[in-house]
Amino acid sequence: MAVSQTVFGEHHSLSLGRRIMAGLKLDGTLLFGLLLIAAFGLVVLWSASGQESGLLLRQLVRLGVGFAVLLVVAQIPPKVLRLWSPWIFLAGLALLIAVLVVGDFGKGAQRWLDLGVVRFQPAEIMKLAVPMTAAWYLRDRPLPPRFTELCILLALVILPAVLIARQPDLGTALLVASSGLLVVLLGGLRVRLVLLLGAMAAALAPVLWHFMHDYQRRRVLTFFNPENDPLGAGYHIIQSKIAIGSGGLFGKGWGNGSQAQLEFLPERSTDFIFAVLGEEFGLIGLLLLLAAYLLVIGRGLYIALQAQDTFGRLLAGSISLTFFVYVFVNTGMVTGLLPVVGVPLPLVSYGGSSMVTLMAGFGILMSINGHRNLLAR
Amino acid sequence: MSISRLKDHWREQRMFLGRVIAAGIVVVLLAGLLVYRLVDLQVVHFEHFTRLSQGNRVRLEPVPPVRGLLFDRNGRVMAENRPVYQLELIPEQVENIDDTLAGLVGLGLVEEETLPRIREQLRSQRRFEPVILRPRLDETEAARFAVQRPRFPGVDIQARLARQYPLGEVASHVLGYVSAISREDLQRVDAANYAGTAQTGKVGAERAWEDLLHGTTGHRQVLVNAQGRRLQELERKDAVPGRNFYLTIDLELQALAEEALEGRRGAVVALDPRNGQVLALASVPGYDPNLFSMGVSGEHFRALQSDIDQPLFNRALRGQYPPGSTIKPMLALAGLHYGAVEPDDSVFCPGWFSLPNHSHRYRDWKREGHGQMDLESAVAQSCDVYFYHLAVSLGIERMHDFLAMFGLGTPTGVEIPGERSGLLPSRDWKRQAFSRREDQPWFPGETVITGIGQGYMLATPLQLAQAAAILGNRGRGFRPTLLAGIEDLATGEREAIEPEPLAPLPLSPSHVEEAIDSMVAVMHGPRGTARASGQDSPWTIAGKTGTAQVVAIAQGEEYDEELIAERHRPHALFIAFAPAENPRIAISVLVENGASGSAAAAPIARALVDNWQARESD
Repeated sequence: MAVSQTVFGEHHSLSLGRRIMAGLKLDGTLLFGLLLIAAFGLVVLWSASGQESGLLLRQLVRLGVGFAVLLVVAQIPPKVLRLWSPWIFLAGLALLIAVLVVGDFGKGAQRWLDLGVVRFQPAEIMKLAVPMTAAWYLRDRPLPPRFTELCILLALVILPAVLIARQPDLGTALLVASSGLLVVLLGGLRVRLVLLLGAMAAALAPVLWHFMHDYQRRRVLTFFNPENDPLGAGYHIIQSKIAIGSGGLFGKGWGNGSQAQLEFLPERSTDFIFAVLGEEFGLIGLLLLLAAYLLVIGRGLYIALQAQDTFGRLLAGSISLTFFVYVFVNTGMVTGLLPVVGVPLPLVSYGGSSMVTLMAGFGILMSINGHRNLLAR
Repeated sequence: MSISRLKDHWREQRMFLGRVIAAGIVVVLLAGLLVYRLVDLQVVHFEHFTRLSQGNRVRLEPVPPVRGLLFDRNGRVMAENRPVYQLELIPEQVENIDDTLAGLVGLGLVEEETLPRIREQLRSQRRFEPVILRPRLDETEAARFAVQRPRFPGVDIQARLARQYPLGEVASHVLGYVSAISREDLQRVDAANYAGTAQTGKVGAERAWEDLLHGTTGHRQVLVNAQGRRLQELERKDAVPGRNFYLTIDLELQALAEEALEGRRGAVVALDPRNGQVLALASVPGYDPNLFSMGVSGEHFRALQSDIDQPLFNRALRGQYPPGSTIKPMLALAGLHYGAVEPDDSVFCPGWFSLPNHSHRYRDWKREGHGQMDLESAVAQSCDVYFYHLAVSLGIERMHDFLAMFGLGTPTGVEIPGERSGLLPSRDWKRQAFSRREDQPWFPGETVITGIGQGYMLATPLQLAQAAAILGNRGRGFRPTLLAGIEDLATGEREAIEPEPLAPLPLSPSHVEEAIDSMVAVMHGPRGTARASGQDSPWTIAGKTGTAQVVAIAQGEEYDEELIAERHRPHALFIAFAPAENPRIAISVLVENGASGSAAAAPIARALVDNWQARESD
């Protein structure tokens, strides 16, 4: 272990805190960004929940569990993660099929699997299993991948996405698909092919439309013209824009947002919490949160660049960019830039299942970063 | 793995760097787009969205005023607002609405036939807004519910103010009633002022002074949440309560008049000739106005409407009857006024009258005739032949013009809406009233029968009372009024209503006294037609009987023969004022199919005179 000794020797002068961080395989900058966002989230949630301490406490517990998961996952070396990848993927696929067959009914959609003690959504596993498996598949292959390899990769991505979309959970399906596709994109997909795929997607849109549920179609239509249906499907978007717009530069103040407090804003503590922040803390508050998100994403991409093998690089890049997709899809929806898709604002929206997945993802990032120096070049 | 596909780590890393940088640029661009959007919403369109958010949270709600009360001239309550108990259900607090409704129907607290309406309301209303299950519970029902209340969470009794008429049917045709605002009502009233009001005056006094009785609706700004639930009151402008109205009606006289007519159909109007105040205005049968203010059932309303006794019909104002002999004193006065006759001129009555060169005989009511008649005896004994002669020598135009001065042929202008004008025939009228040319000329025979108040002539009981009042007050008439005073609750001031004099009639006082003397002879003369009703009166009464032939009864209805016979009997009429020398009360009485003015109508007038005089002369 001569190598490791020299490594530690180099960092001999580091402070005790940094040594603990390094020992726990944690990246200080990334952790700081995540804690900042989580703290921001709790402050807004207190107001968005109508000052309900019970709700806040449950979210706090969830965050605690999330950070614990992060810590645990960070200790797993990337090599082990890589070996597990295909098995996690297969297990997730089996669970997805199980959900479709015996799935419990929750919110009119079959998403939940009741395991007696906990109910959880197998789709959440896929958010990580798909990019992991894609990265695993490309680990030793020369990049950019060949056409046949691409087809296998696409199948890997599309199969779970379709299963999730059938639950139906369009939001998660899109996130799962994008996390897999991001691996492929980062893996060196040729620009020509990217354009070709884009054209194919455009051609497939009418087919997709055909398979959509009525409520999904309504959302898309409403996105293009929310005023068409001000009390129905357009209500969310209209009220959310009113909330954000009336917040102005500095906001109405913590707990003073009339749109949020008087319940004009639907889903105020979950999907539309960004609008509560905008109403009560104004543009300044939104920009601060956005900066924190960009810090986390930037650090994630930096970790990806520093990663020492293809698996780590691709996975870290995908996790970081998927996180941005989360943020952008949610904020785009809340501000009326994108159609209403049920995607929560990561680490801020009230909710359980996705929090654990998210933190596990950041755990993987930490692991990729933290185990780097132990590997010989 | 072939040689050509060996991994080139350095190249791969460079490519990966390129991809990450591209991705970073995309991230920054999308974030920039988001920031652009936020600036657009929060800075550029800040005021627009602020306005929208204000409109969301603040709602303007009406505060309905308390309706003014109605009193009689002595301050006795005729219409008031009393709390009534209504059964309400708040949907969001009820677990199983079907079970709850079934249970309430089982207890007899909700009527089965109202269930469809209730379910309709349940569908259309917000879940926290109460649905009225039953607008009014009586005390035993309220008690029955109170005992069972634990069985029905979400169902409760609410007290609200409702219009009540403590006298029931008494004076119903004066008061009118309030009931639910209809679409037509909304076009008439200021809709904004009725935003919180459920009922409006439909007929009678309730309608006549609706504006002032209703008051002014106040407003409050309330903070509401997205479901419209009220959270907090931000601002309030109180409602201004409606004015209290003191009517000129004397409840004692009114009740007496209605009692006297009980079991019959008819009307009594009593006026104070000195100021035009309506002391009593009775139309029988009446109805219970509480039925309307409490929400009358359709079935009940149809029953009232189709009743052949027409209880909803205000005979005093809207009933038009041939005045018959009651106009004879006025015509006698016309004869004197125009010089067509002198008081002592006498006419021989053989029991019939014929126009020159005509063979048709116009009969007197007394077949054998009255013999020699002068003006006073002709009125006292109601000699038709005398008045046939007088009518011919006056001519229809002069009769028309003279009777018009007493208010016949035009509405008197009393405040209650719906008054009819009666009919005072003339040549002009006939030309316009008939479409066939051969019907349009005025025939001499029509002049003859106008002399005894038959033919085309029609008058309402109110018009006859007004004519009696004008005559009794020696030609100095007043517009009839029901309004004695208006009380403003806000200031506590009571405004007295001044009488509205009409132009005095240009009559010679001696002629007027002749006419009045002839009416006194009706009551107190040895052969007066109403001497039975004038007997032993402590005050001199001037009166005139009348009997009017029934023109026709409603066709197409199935009445039994006895009923038909009864309804073909002539109407009994009577007008009077007392004391004759300085009248304090003028009365007209109409009894439909009463057959005889002297027997059916005059005693009622006497009872009213005695009652009023006994109290007034104290």
